[in-house]
Amino acid sequence: MSNKDLEVIIATDCGSTTTKAILIEKKGDTYRQTFRGEAPTTVEAPFEDVTKGVLNSITEVEELSGRKILDGERIITPNNGNVGADIYVSTSSAGGGLQMMVAGAVKAMTGESAQRCALGAGAIVMDVLASNDGRADHEKIERIRQLRPDMMLLSGGTDGGTITHVVELAQFLKAADPKPRLGASYKLPVIYAGNNKAHDQIKAILGDTTALIITENLRPSLERENLMPARHKIHDIFLEHVMQQAPGYPRLMKMVGAPIMPTPAAVGTMTEKFAKANKFNVLAVDIGGATTDVFSVFSEVFNRTVSANLGMSYSISNVMAEAGLANILRWLPFDIEEQDLRNRLKNKMIRPTTIPQTVEDLQIEHAVSREALRLAFDQHKALAVGLKGVQQERSISDAFDQTSSGASLINVMRLDYVIGSGGILAHSPRRTQSMLMMIDAYQPEGVTRMAVDSIFMMPHLGVLAQISEKAALDVFYHDCLVRMGTCLAPKGLAKEGQLIMEWEVTGSDGSRQAGELRFGDIIHVPFAAPKAKLVAKPVKGFDMGAGSGNRVEADIEGGVVGLVLDGRGRPFNLAKDPSKRRDDLNKWYKAMSMYPL
Amino acid sequence: MAHAYTPGLKVMPCTRLVKKRLLPIPGKVLAALGQQVDSLDIVAQTELPGKVFSVNVANRLSVGPEEIQGYMLKKEGEAVKQGEILAENKPFLKWFKTSVESPVSGTVESVSFITGQVLLREPPKVLPIKAYVKGKVVEVTPNFGVAIEAEGTFIQGIFGVGGETNGEIAVAVASPDEDLQPEAIKEIHKGKIVIGGRHASLATIKRAVEMGVNAIVVGGIHDRDLRELLGYDIGVAVTGNEQLGVTVIVTEGFGAIPMAEYTFKLISSRNGENASVSGATQIRAGVMRPEIIVPGFPKNVTECKKDQGRGWIEPGDPIRIIREPHFGVIGTVKSLPPELTVIGSESHARVLEVTLDGGEVIVVPRANIEVLEK
Repeated sequence: MSNKDLEVIIATDCGSTTTKAILIEKKGDTYRQTFRGEAPTTVEAPFEDVTKGVLNSITEVEELSGRKILDGERIITPNNGNVGADIYVSTSSAGGGLQMMVAGAVKAMTGESAQRCALGAGAIVMDVLASNDGRADHEKIERIRQLRPDMMLLSGGTDGGTITHVVELAQFLKAADPKPRLGASYKLPVIYAGNNKAHDQIKAILGDTTALIITENLRPSLERENLMPARHKIHDIFLEHVMQQAPGYPRLMKMVGAPIMPTPAAVGTMTEKFAKANKFNVLAVDIGGATTDVFSVFSEVFNRTVSANLGMSYSISNVMAEAGLANILRWLPFDIEEQDLRNRLKNKMIRPTTIPQTVEDLQIEHAVSREALRLAFDQHKALAVGLKGVQQERSISDAFDQTSSGASLINVMRLDYVIGSGGILAHSPRRTQSMLMMIDAYQPEGVTRMAVDSIFMMPHLGVLAQISEKAALDVFYHDCLVRMGTCLAPKGLAKEGQLIMEWEVTGSDGSRQAGELRFGDIIHVPFAAPKAKLVAKPVKGFDMGAGSGNRVEADIEGGVVGLVLDGRGRPFNLAKDPSKRRDDLNKWYKAMSMYPL
Repeated sequence: MAHAYTPGLKVMPCTRLVKKRLLPIPGKVLAALGQQVDSLDIVAQTELPGKVFSVNVANRLSVGPEEIQGYMLKKEGEAVKQGEILAENKPFLKWFKTSVESPVSGTVESVSFITGQVLLREPPKVLPIKAYVKGKVVEVTPNFGVAIEAEGTFIQGIFGVGGETNGEIAVAVASPDEDLQPEAIKEIHKGKIVIGGRHASLATIKRAVEMGVNAIVVGGIHDRDLRELLGYDIGVAVTGNEQLGVTVIVTEGFGAIPMAEYTFKLISSRNGENASVSGATQIRAGVMRPEIIVPGFPKNVTECKKDQGRGWIEPGDPIRIIREPHFGVIGTVKSLPPELTVIGSESHARVLEVTLDGGEVIVVPRANIEVLEK
């Protein structure tokens, strides 16, 4: 079908708990999301058939829209009047998503490349094995045996180089005889993307005991990373092996008009399309109950990481364990006993569907969320390093630099746009809460626009972008993004109360706002104009992106929050004295009208 | 009549339940279809492949990997004992002789002439699976195990640590709001399932380990004590493999929370009888809660119901509030207003009205209550 024929699209995302369906219709020249429905995901007993949840969610769309989409268990195509849809597409993260184990010869080189490759394909990386990962050989073998991944990615060595390490890894893998997570009777798929000189040996070692797939080396030379061939193989195997074993997926695969994508891969695609269309550096985050996914596009290089145990319900206690209680307590504008806080967080972990009923409880969740976002961002910065992605050359010195310093591609001064999704960001009672949580976690510098994906539509749009980029971007701009506004944060440090910037904003609707920003203050200016011109004049010692003391003119966006002028300085540190820290927090929360008094 | 879906923990005087007892890898099933089994009977067994150890013979002998063939004294598949020589060189002067000994007893798994590595595998380990509950085998999965149908009192906790165990129920407190004190645990409790009331402290749990208690069941524990006990924070609720020396089950949550009276009365009614308990908890993907199963009927029960799992609540149902500011409070559903209501945090949520013991009526989000299933 040509894109011209696409008028009605039905899309679903099969999440681990909920299956969400959206209807997209072409209105004039523009695609708009018109109706949505949701139903519990039905991958687990007693249903064990993902299509049941899909059909239920589509039925809800039918009821709301009045459009007949289903004929029994079949989607009616093409659309004709008020019946049918032109295409049905879907993503899936149900049943734990795509779980992989990766291996590389040297942890910081091929190990890291293999990790980036698997993450970019939408996988959760259960472990990274490497010859030099510090574990004894028998410990590595035990680890391979314990984990039951969906597939494994084995890399190591540059083309034509030494084969010893990668052959050794293959031998360990064979000795461990790992079993796949689903379908005990089938062989574990292993993708080999290492030294091409070792193909024969790898086949001899793993050919009989695993479902071995050999592809191009993901690190053909020290200076070059070539992730796409292995990434494509991961997607192929996801569809051919993993999906075939998951309950009901063979049927779902027959229903769709385009290949099913792992949910994170689709979100990544949408982030990339948005960044490319606007020439933006973008950071997108999806903070869920169990995991936090971070996507970034900086200088056109895409990276994704998933922090598998940082989340707001199932993993809330792990956020406490990783961040430390002190780091959670520092965001609270009141005193709370350590024992009380510990018990509260554990009670949320064991009853993950409960919601905060009091403002105090809400503030505790917001404190945890800042730390989960911060930790996931730290992990992202650590992996989004050095290499300039697919088919990009770098010098040998860069390659060594990467291993030693891990210089990140992420530069918060050059960050143009932040998109947040996940319950805590998308459904906070006040939007100012979402915006300040992201500002506190990411500490953007200079000029940064911010939005939330209110109903987590990015997966649907990412898979749709494979068919029609226009449809995906239309809906993304008009229905998916809730623009919050822009954060203006001069980089530098000064004494409290000192003038650090003069600013003026003129909206496309002619509205004008201007003022001064003093160190230690936050100023919230409600400002809804979708487009505006900013003139910022930071004082000497403060940088808004054009160097210390230099005037900046920029295009910015207003939104449901407006402008947030963050005068807390960068790097931003909270006061060490508890009473001063609480006073500061109360002052900033009041300036943002964050919570009811 | 208005009702809302709210999952709750099962507290049932008598029910029929089926427990799957499966091996992680294929093995031999030892129980037959229709067979009556006791909780400690072994129903299936397999051999877990032994641990693998590696020795780089080439490095140890300072020769190239392709050369090690000439120095190996043991071949692939051959048995070796710990300390036995795997390979040695043959120098002109015996002072320069180097021998490579096996670090473990087992068999030679592989010899690589590419890496110079020799992999040794320890003997397999027998992994038996017990019936865990007394009942009848109703299904056999060839090579993997069985499903056992059992009939008895079934009580789910909210969180636990430690694995499966068995023992006689011993109620060690007089009421559900009494704390289980360390001194309440005595020598007679060795090998038993000790039932407390409101709370067990770190000292109490340590005392239980000392006395050889198999499991303790209480309303709540403090997270701080759990951390102290385990030596680490539990980040994600996937438990059951902790080696504490005792299985701990909490019925209400973290903190000092009286055990629900109905739960306490039911367990007390089975005092002195044998129970199967498990602390294994998994909150995500296939929820698993800790459990106490006592075969047979309580004295006052005449009929054993099959678990119907109603799954919703109606006015008049007893519920427990599971979030601040009323955490742990028990009440009765008064009404279920259908419209979204703005709660204290300013969120819009579906709520219910709850009548507390003293007659006071409060409004609580539906997400923050748990139905007390009976």
